[in-house]
Amino acid sequence: MTWDEIRPMLGQATLETLQMTVWAAALTALGGLVLGVLLVATGRGGLLPVAPLNRVLAAIVNVGRSLPFIILMVAILPFTRALTGTTIGTAAAIVPLTVAAVPFYARLVETALREVDPGVIDAARAMGASRWQISRKVLLREAAPGLVAGLTITVVAIVGYSAMAGAIGGGGLGDLAVRYGYQRFETGVMVATVVLLVVVVQLVQTLGDLLVRRLSHK
Amino acid sequence: MIQIEKLRKVYRARHRAVTAVDGVDLAVREGEIFGVLGRSGAGKSTLLRCVNLLERPDSGRVVVGGRDLLALSGAELRAARRGIGMIHQHFGLLSGRTVAGNVAFPLEVMRMPRAERAARVAELLELVGLTEHAGAYPAQISGGQKQRVGIARALAGRPEVLLSDEATSALDPETTASILELLRDLSRRLGLTVLLITHEMEVVKRICDSAAIMRAGRVVESGPVRDLLLRPGSELAGGLFPLPAPDVREGATVVDVTFEGDSADRPFVSALARTYSIDVNILGGAVEQVGDGRIGRLRIELPGDPEVNAAQLAHLRDSGLTVEVHGAGARPGEGVRP
Repeated sequence: MTWDEIRPMLGQATLETLQMTVWAAALTALGGLVLGVLLVATGRGGLLPVAPLNRVLAAIVNVGRSLPFIILMVAILPFTRALTGTTIGTAAAIVPLTVAAVPFYARLVETALREVDPGVIDAARAMGASRWQISRKVLLREAAPGLVAGLTITVVAIVGYSAMAGAIGGGGLGDLAVRYGYQRFETGVMVATVVLLVVVVQLVQTLGDLLVRRLSHK
Repeated sequence: MIQIEKLRKVYRARHRAVTAVDGVDLAVREGEIFGVLGRSGAGKSTLLRCVNLLERPDSGRVVVGGRDLLALSGAELRAARRGIGMIHQHFGLLSGRTVAGNVAFPLEVMRMPRAERAARVAELLELVGLTEHAGAYPAQISGGQKQRVGIARALAGRPEVLLSDEATSALDPETTASILELLRDLSRRLGLTVLLITHEMEVVKRICDSAAIMRAGRVVESGPVRDLLLRPGSELAGGLFPLPAPDVREGATVVDVTFEGDSADRPFVSALARTYSIDVNILGGAVEQVGDGRIGRLRIELPGDPEVNAAQLAHLRDSGLTVEVHGAGARPGEGVRP
C-alpha cells in the first residue's frame, strides 16, 4: 500500500479512537467518581456508613474488575444493543469501554479519597460543615490531584481497551493495526498505528501531569 | 462557660473496651484559659473532642455557653459548632487552598456573602499577623505560621470558646512561645474562653489560669494554677519543680518551701539562718515565671529533727510560705509526689 492509501485510513482510525476514548473517559469520570465517593462514604468511618450498601458496591466493583475486557465486551453485548441499538461501530464500543473503566476508576477514586488527611476532615466537622460541604469542598478538592492522576491512568487504559474494541467492529487504530498490519502483513500500517497510539497516550499523560501539578500544592 | 459533668467515653474494640474518659467533671469559667495536662493516652484528647461532640460521649453532660450540646439535633449542633473554634496539633489546613482561602473556609460554611467574607478574612489575617502571606499555600509556610492560620480560621465565626488540641506540640520551643503569647493576647482582647489540652508543663505555666491533671481517664487534680502550685503534695507543683525523692539524714529536717510573688524576692533563707543562728543547707529548687507572677520552690535542710525545728517551721509559715516537711520518721517516699 502507498502512503496516499494509508493516510486517510489512519486519519479515520485516529478519529474513531479519539471518539471512543473521549466519550468513554467522560462517562467513566462521572460514573467512577460517583461510585468511588459512595464506596468511601458508605464504608467504615465514612460520612454515611451503610455497611450492606458498601458490600454490594464493593462486590460490583470487584466483579467488574476481574473480568478480562475481551470477555466483558462479549458478555454485555445484549446490554450494549439495548442501549445503542447496535453491537457494532464506535458508539457500541463506548458502552463496554465505560463499563470496564468505571470500576477501575472507582477504585482509584477510593484510594485518592482515603489519602485525604483525616485531620482536615475533623477540622471541617469542628467548623460545623455539613456532609455535603465536607464532600465537595474538602474531600473532592483535597483529593483533586489524586483524582486527576487516576483519571489519566484510566484514560490510558481506555486507549488500550479501545484497540480491543476494534474486535467487535468498533474501528479505531487498534482495529486498523490488526486488519491491515497483522492480517495483511502491511508493516507500514502497523508502524504508523503504533506511532499514533504512542502519541495519543503521550498526550494524555502529559496533559494529566500538567493538570496534577496545577492542582497540587503539597 | 463550659460545664462537663460525669463524662464517660468508652471505645469498644472486638475483644476489649477501653475507657478513655472515666467520669470527668470540669468547669471552665468565662474568659479564662483552662489547661488539661496529661500524658498521651490519659484521655485528654477524647475529653476535648467530646466538648464539640466530634466524639459522642457514652454518658454525661456537655454544656457550652448554657447550651446542652447532647440535646441538639444535627443541624443545631452544626450551628453550635460554629460558635466553638478549634485548633489542631497538625493544623488541619486545606492543602489546596491559600492561607486566605483556608481562613475563608469557615465563612463559606456559614454562608457569609462573598463581599463580607473578603473583609473578614483580611481582618483575621491582620489579627494573627499573616497579611503578607495571604496568597501562600500551607506547604509554603512554617509550622508556626500554619498554626496562626489555624487560629485565624478558628476565630472566623467570632466564637466565644476556643478548643486547642495540643496546638503547640508540633512546634519548636520558640514558636511555641509565640503561639502561646498570641493565644493569651487573643483570649484577653476578645474575652475568649480557651480550653486546651497539652502534655507540656510549659503551656500550663505560661498561659493557663486554671488547670486539671488527667491520668487514666480521670481528673486527679483541678483548680486555679496558683492554688495548685501552692498546695502541698500537688502533682502540678511536682511537675513544675521536679525535685528528687528527699534523702533525709538522721537528725536533719528536709523542707520544701514554696513561695510566690513578693516572698519570692525576700531572702527568707538568710533571714531564717540569722534569726535562729542555724546553718541552712540548700538542696535544690527553682523559681518559675507562672502567668504574670513568679512561684518558686526551694528544698532546704535544717539541723535537728522536725520537733526541734518547730519554731523555725512556724516562722516560715508565718512569713506566708507554703511548707512541706520531709522530716525524720518520714518513711522513704512519704511526702513525695508520685
